[in-house]
Amino acid sequence: MSLMETTIKANRVLSTVEKLREDFPILKTTVHGKPLVYLDNAATSQRPSQVLAAYCFFCQSHNANVHRGIHTLGEQATDRYEAARRKVAAFIGAPSEKTVVFTRGTTESINLVAYGYARKFLKPGDAVVLTPMEHHANLVPWQIVATTMGANLRFWPMTPEGTLDMSAASDLLQPPVKIVALTHVSNVLGTINPVKEIARRAHAIGAKMLVDGAQAVPHIPVNVADIGCDFYAFSAHKMCGPTGVGALWGREELLDEMDPFMTGGEMIREVWLDHATWNELPYKFEPGTPPIAEAVSMGAAVDYLNHVGMDWLQEHDRQLVNYAMNQLLAEDGVKIFGPQDGRGALISFNVEGVHPHDLATLLDRDGIAVRAGHHCAQPLMRWLGVPATARASFYLYNLPEEIDQLMEGIRRAKEVFAYAR
Amino acid sequence: MRDELYGEILLDHYRYPRHFGALPNPSVRIEGKNPLCGDEFLIDLNLEGDVLREIRFSGRGCAISMASASMMTELVTGKSVAEIQKWIDRFRNFLRDGGAHRDEVDMGDLQALAGVAHLPVRVKCALIAWTTLEEGIGQRKNEPR
Ligand SMILES: Cc1ncc(COP(=O)(O)O)c(C=O)c1O
Repeated sequence: MSLMETTIKANRVLSTVEKLREDFPILKTTVHGKPLVYLDNAATSQRPSQVLAAYCFFCQSHNANVHRGIHTLGEQATDRYEAARRKVAAFIGAPSEKTVVFTRGTTESINLVAYGYARKFLKPGDAVVLTPMEHHANLVPWQIVATTMGANLRFWPMTPEGTLDMSAASDLLQPPVKIVALTHVSNVLGTINPVKEIARRAHAIGAKMLVDGAQAVPHIPVNVADIGCDFYAFSAHKMCGPTGVGALWGREELLDEMDPFMTGGEMIREVWLDHATWNELPYKFEPGTPPIAEAVSMGAAVDYLNHVGMDWLQEHDRQLVNYAMNQLLAEDGVKIFGPQDGRGALISFNVEGVHPHDLATLLDRDGIAVRAGHHCAQPLMRWLGVPATARASFYLYNLPEEIDQLMEGIRRAKEVFAYAR
Repeated sequence: MRDELYGEILLDHYRYPRHFGALPNPSVRIEGKNPLCGDEFLIDLNLEGDVLREIRFSGRGCAISMASASMMTELVTGKSVAEIQKWIDRFRNFLRDGGAHRDEVDMGDLQALAGVAHLPVRVKCALIAWTTLEEGIGQRKNEPR
């Protein structure tokens, strides 16, 4: 690509961002009198007017319970809810919408597999392979299930820069391993794991594989059929959608064999006083009244991301991360965690002599929102040898200027703590 | 550069924490953790009867938790358990209202932590050493004498 082409491309990305920002009312907010610079997107993303409007419109025009009423609204609500399921299914390349279960989010999706699948099929002595970079949501449920079933947990070794050591694969993936569960994109290191390759190798020994896609679906085009995994979990609130809803995709034959995790209304076919039979997929896993308006809004978030374009978003993320990475690398006293290349849209770092919580408090006073803490990954903090890190995470509406502001904030924090003395 | 929260006194305690370290034969050793921040403290006490003769703390934490721990050690040395408990309660109230309804007592260096009252998410940081100490003097009470 010539220099001119590169510049034109960069400019196009920028002018698009300026336009997209108009869709996000919250970006006009001020914090401590300063314009909000929102760099905590890995925790939760902001919602565009289109998604907010979809929520309102549903509540004002179609609100009713789903799969119950004979009346018109009930039918409309069910149509909207199922249309959202089709959108979500198409967005992740699910072969059939039956295989997409609405849950409360990634955490519930993973628990559903741990309780519904692993508790039924794991045997004493079996092993579950995880990685040290898992979010607690993809660790604690497996600890509990492994303890209950008498199974063991094994952890994939990592390279010093924070990627999975693929040379360990053949030793690790051996017969007693029945389940491999790992994150697609690390919420701390930004590492993008080779999930397709790992799925192939897990299947070679007859193991099933779950992918935690909480940080992936919002940023990179995901196709579960292409990855070849067995389960894929994600949340709406990190992809321009609302809180309280997310999804689990699973292979149909596995979902069929699985036990329900929660039981009650809606998930049953026939109920007698002493027993019941389960409803068909996916309703078997959706007991009670689901988050209907939220699911509909999740569908609207998918529409929005399609309108933005996942290819465009990937390029935008890449530019922002490179820009931020170069500045952070050049800054004295800043230590970056995770690989330098091939990472997701976030960077964890620490500033020498400034505890991440103090940094986050100082940045907040400049209107800059970053996350500081263990990011629900305490074992990974121990592996990194730090109590906590700061993390800046980006999304489609972030601008290079905001990274400049972050850098100024970091420099001010260093001055306050007299790092330069 | 000066900052209203991270002022001279706070940063001085952070950089040069008082009574930092361990006691050779503490009568009470107690651990305090704030898993949210990854802050960890170990507090050693030498209690003689009802009086705290010596205190040391070690560990790692943010500026607010470190400075608060350092200030606390200065304040409580030589005080009776009852007095210490009074200070712990006083400091808790102080963090609740930023010293607005403070009684006549001079808070000394602790005054430097008044800004924390406006930062609810950081109150825990300022309190961690204090709640750990509270547990420590509570343990002593249960010891057979
Ligand atoms: C990698 C990863 N897994 C799981 C989760 C949990 O997602 P949720 O809180 O939406 O269930 C998160 C979000 O913080 C995450 O980043």
